[in-house]
Amino acid sequence: MNLMIFGALSLALGSAQAAPIAMDDQSQLQVPAVGSAPTFAPPAESELPDNAFGKMVREGHALFVDTRRLMPDKVGNGLNCSNCHLDQGRLGNSAPLWGAYPMYPAYRKKNDKVNTFAERIQGCFQFSMNGTPPAADSPQMTALSVYAYWLASKAPIGVEAPGRGYPEVPQPAQGYDFKRGEQVYQQQCAICHGAEGQGQKVAQDYVMPPLWGKDSYNWGAGMHRINTAASFIKYNMPLGKPGSLSDQQAWDVAAFINRHERPQDPRLVDGSVEKTRLKYHANDGVNLYGQKLDGVLIGQGTGK
Amino acid sequence: MIPLDRILISSLLLCSAGAVHAADGQKIFSQGGQNPAAMACLGCHGADGKGMAAAGFPRLAGLPAAYLSKQLHDFRDGSRKNPIMEPLAKALSDEEIQAVTATLAAMPAEPVADTRRQQMATDATEKLALYGDWSRQLPGCVQCHGPGGAGVGDHFPPLAHQPAAYLVAQLNAWRDGSRHNDPNQLMAGVAKAMSDEEIKALANYFASPASQGGKP
Repeated sequence: MNLMIFGALSLALGSAQAAPIAMDDQSQLQVPAVGSAPTFAPPAESELPDNAFGKMVREGHALFVDTRRLMPDKVGNGLNCSNCHLDQGRLGNSAPLWGAYPMYPAYRKKNDKVNTFAERIQGCFQFSMNGTPPAADSPQMTALSVYAYWLASKAPIGVEAPGRGYPEVPQPAQGYDFKRGEQVYQQQCAICHGAEGQGQKVAQDYVMPPLWGKDSYNWGAGMHRINTAASFIKYNMPLGKPGSLSDQQAWDVAAFINRHERPQDPRLVDGSVEKTRLKYHANDGVNLYGQKLDGVLIGQGTGK
Repeated sequence: MIPLDRILISSLLLCSAGAVHAADGQKIFSQGGQNPAAMACLGCHGADGKGMAAAGFPRLAGLPAAYLSKQLHDFRDGSRKNPIMEPLAKALSDEEIQAVTATLAAMPAEPVADTRRQQMATDATEKLALYGDWSRQLPGCVQCHGPGGAGVGDHFPPLAHQPAAYLVAQLNAWRDGSRHNDPNQLMAGVAKAMSDEEIKALANYFASPASQGGKP
């Protein structure tokens, strides 16, 4: 009896306690504007050995492109890794895995910490996927890391390869404009992502990812920065037509997308948007978190 | 007290008025529209609406009503070209288009292979279908047309179970610009990036989903 009460108590305590934040500093690492074209070529599938290593790479690949369905207890929204890292994590200027893997472990000045690659991936799960990170020593983390390692085969360690990240698109002199952004959105993006940013599903699975709302990235994800979204959009969207938007259009539409509500930043300080803004958003690129637009506080979150 | 014959007459009138105004999608499909130039769909698209593979007439059964309606309107105003479909679409009223597309959308279609993107594609055709070729900015077909080519929403029609000859003809038409009613010119760029052999292979891949190596 007592044991049962204790069990129920610890369950309640356990669920009340949020998952620890694996990588609380999600602030932007500077990626230079595009200098030279990506030259690195990740290995081809046909080069995979038919052994335990090849099997592990395949598992990591499957998790990477079908994350939501294969890791339903870890992904809290409607996204897959491959939504932000195009072509299965292979595409240059689309934050390819071969550009990221050789840059870890990485020291971050802001929190004076060294973060491992596993912690970086945990950050993705916590913020971009609004979920629960897999443990650093879990089979899933191992598979994802092995997939990234394989894609980075023969890449130099600790060298910033051309094509890593999303190249910086400088903020236009005119800044950004929500109205113009909405026009770009309705003309170029809504056909896939929906007029309300809701994405599109077949049966219960998203084929085109939601860009805001409860099934999209949360307020702590790097993509919530207007500058980061503008860079991603400029170099990757619309799908198959990269570079077709002007810098101005990319900034306008990024601002329009990122003024919409999305799940709360899991680092929320004392339940206060303002405190969270000061601690995590005030010096992190260009973002709208905690600001008032048309009298409405941005960053209130959508609930889970 | 209303005389019985007056009730009968008024209900007869109501019935015939109803027949004139509410277009019957099933009837248009199997017998044609009010205007004799609006021929029955089943003549070319099959009694089950699944198309005629040998002639390259497309499957209509189970396609989204909004997509079919857009195509009929495009045939009507000439923004999509086809010597058979243009006069036919012009002979259909708005109401008839609405009715027949709703009927077609509700018709059963073959189940689609649950091909997911999890497997690493080693076959060149499957690779294009699932992942595309980003060295030429070519997205995978299923990224817009859904798992197994099942279709997504109103703008991305199913590829699965479409006759290969139809898919080849459409891709070629986008490539040479004779078809250009795709929203945001999404298909034009894609079709231009593909070779003749790839177009044929992909058309076969989606025409017979049994050929897909779907290991879900």
